[in-house]
Amino acid sequence: MSFYIIYILVAIVLFTFLAGFTLFAVYAERKVAGFVQDRLGPMETGKFGSLQTIADILKLLQKEFISPASADKVLFATAPVVVFVAVYLGFAAMPWAPELAPAALNLGLFYVIAIISIEAIGVLMAGWGSNNKFALLGSLRSVAQIVSYEIPAGLALISAVMVTQTLDMQEITINQGILTDERLFFFGFWDVSEIGGFFAWNIFQAPHLILAYIIYFVASLAECNRAPFDIPEAESELVSGYHTEYGGLRFAFFFLAEYCLMFLVSMIGVVLFLGGWNTPLPNIGSWKLAEWTTGMAWGIIWVLIKTLTVVGVQILIRWTLPRLRVDQLMNLCWKVLTPTAFLCMAISGIWRIVVMVGN
Amino acid sequence: MFKKTLHAFATAIKGLSLTFRHLFAARHARKELDIKQDNYFDKQQGVTTIQYPKQEIPIPEVARYQLDVEMDDCIVCDLCAKACPVDCIDIEAIKATEAIGKTSDGSVKRLYAAKFDIDMAKCMYCGLCTVVCPTECITMTDNYDRSFSSLSELVYQFSEMSEKEIEEKREELARFQAEKEAAKRKI
Repeated sequence: MSFYIIYILVAIVLFTFLAGFTLFAVYAERKVAGFVQDRLGPMETGKFGSLQTIADILKLLQKEFISPASADKVLFATAPVVVFVAVYLGFAAMPWAPELAPAALNLGLFYVIAIISIEAIGVLMAGWGSNNKFALLGSLRSVAQIVSYEIPAGLALISAVMVTQTLDMQEITINQGILTDERLFFFGFWDVSEIGGFFAWNIFQAPHLILAYIIYFVASLAECNRAPFDIPEAESELVSGYHTEYGGLRFAFFFLAEYCLMFLVSMIGVVLFLGGWNTPLPNIGSWKLAEWTTGMAWGIIWVLIKTLTVVGVQILIRWTLPRLRVDQLMNLCWKVLTPTAFLCMAISGIWRIVVMVGN
Repeated sequence: MFKKTLHAFATAIKGLSLTFRHLFAARHARKELDIKQDNYFDKQQGVTTIQYPKQEIPIPEVARYQLDVEMDDCIVCDLCAKACPVDCIDIEAIKATEAIGKTSDGSVKRLYAAKFDIDMAKCMYCGLCTVVCPTECITMTDNYDRSFSSLSELVYQFSEMSEKEIEEKREELARFQAEKEAAKRKI
């Protein structure tokens, strides 16, 4: 019985965290947008506009549910839920600290990639259910984009998995720090199993994984429909894409899903490449910095810092780069990222056999 | 294709470093707001937003904004109403029976202003009324920011006389004229 209570409690804690993160991220997004453009961003609600997003969500909560007369009522109503739940379920397998993960699945990474794909169905439901040409166009673009970019993203992740030899997110993380039982090498030549720190991160265990991380990062931007890959929501052409017809709480759910997905894909990248909850500080001689800063609370702090930094880069990119055209988008995915990701995967295999086993 | 992509990445990094610099330059706001200062164009970094009601750009002393009338100085000569190209000033004068006082520059006031309305919705801010005013009682202030919920509030009423006073002065004038008329007839 207490089993279920813990499950529900974990779900509630995760949801609360995600809702809080979304409120913070929307505020941060608007502030960054302002600062980058030499403006101030929200300033009126609360000190420095800090209550702006809370006011926004209160407004959205009060709004009436409106379904267009010609919409498919069932699809229209379920789409936001499907989109959000797909992202929310992805968090089930994410490791937060040593011994701390909602569910330690031995197929964790596979599960997360698979469950994120369901979002595409939700987006298609929203576009079709709205019975609106802008929404349909937006959702078609979105699905095409998500399906295409899952390939380089998946391949880039697999090249990391081939180095770590496991799909369990918790084990992948353990194998990037001082808690590992295996021998870790910095770029394949320097044994850092006892030193830890950022030297032991996957991205520094093999040089081609840096390239793999860049591929994954670009592809993950496209997967969460973020600029410069935001053609599904291109407001200059498609009003606001697949959620054109949505308002109130349903719109809030799309928003929540978008920001949660940003956090989720950043966190996957952090776990696979940037050491997850491992500390960036190495052991130096008698200064056992890595040992001092590894633990439950430290783990959560490190994972949050790393993930929020990546989210910050995503936000900064949105306010820097212009939107890609559809053909440019597909060119980048199929002609550049996918072959390069395949190359990374091949190098990973060779690396595993020649360098890691050879050591 | 790859060359193009590499170029795209290089330019993207260039752009990101530019926005990153702006992100941190936002710690400072542009301090010099007065364009008359010599160093105005030197301070281009930082936030350019002016949070208007809390922060204002200095305006020139003599500028053409909303009108104001100092009724104590007004001799109700009606020159401003005549000068106004859009007829936004509406004056109704009542003759006084004797001099009723002096303005601050020494002109003698002989008329009561029963009505002195300026319709700011019509006003075109040309400033001609301030030029013709002999006692300089109608002036342009530095107030450029007023909004109202109803159109009628845009008609500024400067007359300080109450209905009762106006009635009184009218009767007084009528009595005075009647007396004068009577005096004339006697002669």
